[in-house]
Amino acid sequence: MKRLSAFVKKNPSFTVFLILALCIVAVAVLAPVLATHDPYEAVLANAVQAPSSEHLFGTDKLSRDLFSRVIYGTRTSLSAALCLVCIIMVLGTVLGIVAGYFGGAVDAVIMRISDMMVSFPGMVLAIAIAGILGASMINAVIAIAAVSWTKYARLSRSLVLKIRNRDYVAAAQVTGSKTGYILYRYMLPNALPTIIITGATDIGSMMLEIAALSFLGFGAQSPTAEWGLMLNEGRAYMTAAPWLMIFPGLAIFITVVVFNLLGDSLRDVLDPKS
Amino acid sequence: MRGKDLLKRILQIIIVLIGISFLTFLLTYLSPGDPVTAMYSASGTTPSAELLEQTREALGLNKPFLVQYWDWLTGCLQGDFGSSYAFHKPVVSLLLSRLWPTLKLALCSLALMLVVSIPLGVLSATHKGGIADYIVRFFTFLGASLPNFWVGLLLMYVFAVQLGWLPVVSTGQGFTKLILPSITLAFAMMGKYTRQVRTAFLEELNQDYVVGARCRGIKESVILWKHVLPNSVLPLVTMLGLSMGSLLGGTAVVEVIFSYPGLGNLAVTAISSMDYPLIQGYVLWIAIIYMVINLLVDISYGFLDPRTKEAGKR
Repeated sequence: MKRLSAFVKKNPSFTVFLILALCIVAVAVLAPVLATHDPYEAVLANAVQAPSSEHLFGTDKLSRDLFSRVIYGTRTSLSAALCLVCIIMVLGTVLGIVAGYFGGAVDAVIMRISDMMVSFPGMVLAIAIAGILGASMINAVIAIAAVSWTKYARLSRSLVLKIRNRDYVAAAQVTGSKTGYILYRYMLPNALPTIIITGATDIGSMMLEIAALSFLGFGAQSPTAEWGLMLNEGRAYMTAAPWLMIFPGLAIFITVVVFNLLGDSLRDVLDPKS
Repeated sequence: MRGKDLLKRILQIIIVLIGISFLTFLLTYLSPGDPVTAMYSASGTTPSAELLEQTREALGLNKPFLVQYWDWLTGCLQGDFGSSYAFHKPVVSLLLSRLWPTLKLALCSLALMLVVSIPLGVLSATHKGGIADYIVRFFTFLGASLPNFWVGLLLMYVFAVQLGWLPVVSTGQGFTKLILPSITLAFAMMGKYTRQVRTAFLEELNQDYVVGARCRGIKESVILWKHVLPNSVLPLVTMLGLSMGSLLGGTAVVEVIFSYPGLGNLAVTAISSMDYPLIQGYVLWIAIIYMVINLLVDISYGFLDPRTKEAGKR
């Protein structure tokens, strides 16, 4: 407890943003409790109503309660973004460490593939992949992962190269440590802090990319409660029902701001040098 | 950039292009959807099994994968990117008709962004730690966290729907249709560039030549605008090259919102209707444009900053 309060005192901004981020996670977890209505229930008599005490954010064209849909949307957006960041972190780090440690042909192949991805606007490829695979949330995550892992591969490769030729690695090799053990116990811990910081700062931008794909119709499909998709559905009713595009957008904005700030402050905590 | 490096870069570009084209071709080949069925259902007819088979034969879709790829690639090299399934027009003419609007939009938003970002970055750097600095940094942070499609929708709601100053859909003629899409795109980039200008400017302000100029009693405004500014905007050139590329691809979302007749909008339509030749052509074109722009940026760097040329010789 004492250590906790000391940590809070030392890193006040990180603590605040962590609490805010946990609040957002809590909204996602407690969605059934917080939602005032069933997000998928359609009673056509109540279509496109303005915000009121009964429907806090109003209702959409199928008369679903927008407040409940925004609350449930937290689940979709948050889980998709976190999955995505985990996938690209694991994939990129493993490939980067392998490339850096083994060098030679393995390195050349992995890095040339990553060069190919870098020398190309990612969103174009992501849209193409998501569209060709068929529009669904999982395919959107796959598409963005396919174009985003390279950053982590480059990062972990450069970190591994830095320690690859140190004496203690050579010592581990001559004493007969298995290669997998060396990768896991010596290479990975060296790359991990930087990778985690990068991952944390990426959550926000990944959320934006998923929402953008859903907005274009290549991500979540109706009737899923997803913010990007809700914005797309709402924009047709812009004149009559502006709340349909205001509240989901606001939800994306707030969540992205909180996670961006959390990522930045995590960098300050883990990496006091910079 | 020396001749040998240039040759190496061009070779690299060709390899990447082949890789990218192979990848998109493979993806369309593996994709679960059937383009021929989609083609007929789009025109509202239910084709017989024989007709489907005939069309496949005519389009060369029943040949082995590698043969299909080879036919397409040799076609591309001769300037024939195939015919769009949905529009029944050559892919080249479709892409060409959309290229200029997208380029116009990208250039407009870049210009707008620079006009705002450079003064803001300078203001923020010269008043470091002051109120102006805080306000500018707050807004650059907002820019990075606001989804651009939401910004676009809000701008549209305020200026087109509520105030009625600008057109809601950007399909017509004239300059006004460019305004809202450009602002939307520029807004997303402003944060990054303002921060870059601020950092570069602060770094330059600490250089000895600035101290020297101040000691000689040169006016502060002359130092800032004549000496420090040109040095600190140089790194922007590389960033602009990269932004140009992602703008060409990234305009898709904004083009869809404003129904702007550009490449991105065309690509989204092509993907939705499984128009494979058009998708393949689009991806390859964007890749070529993006890489040529970045090559030009790297070459121009030698002229803009003679130091890099010197370093290359050594």
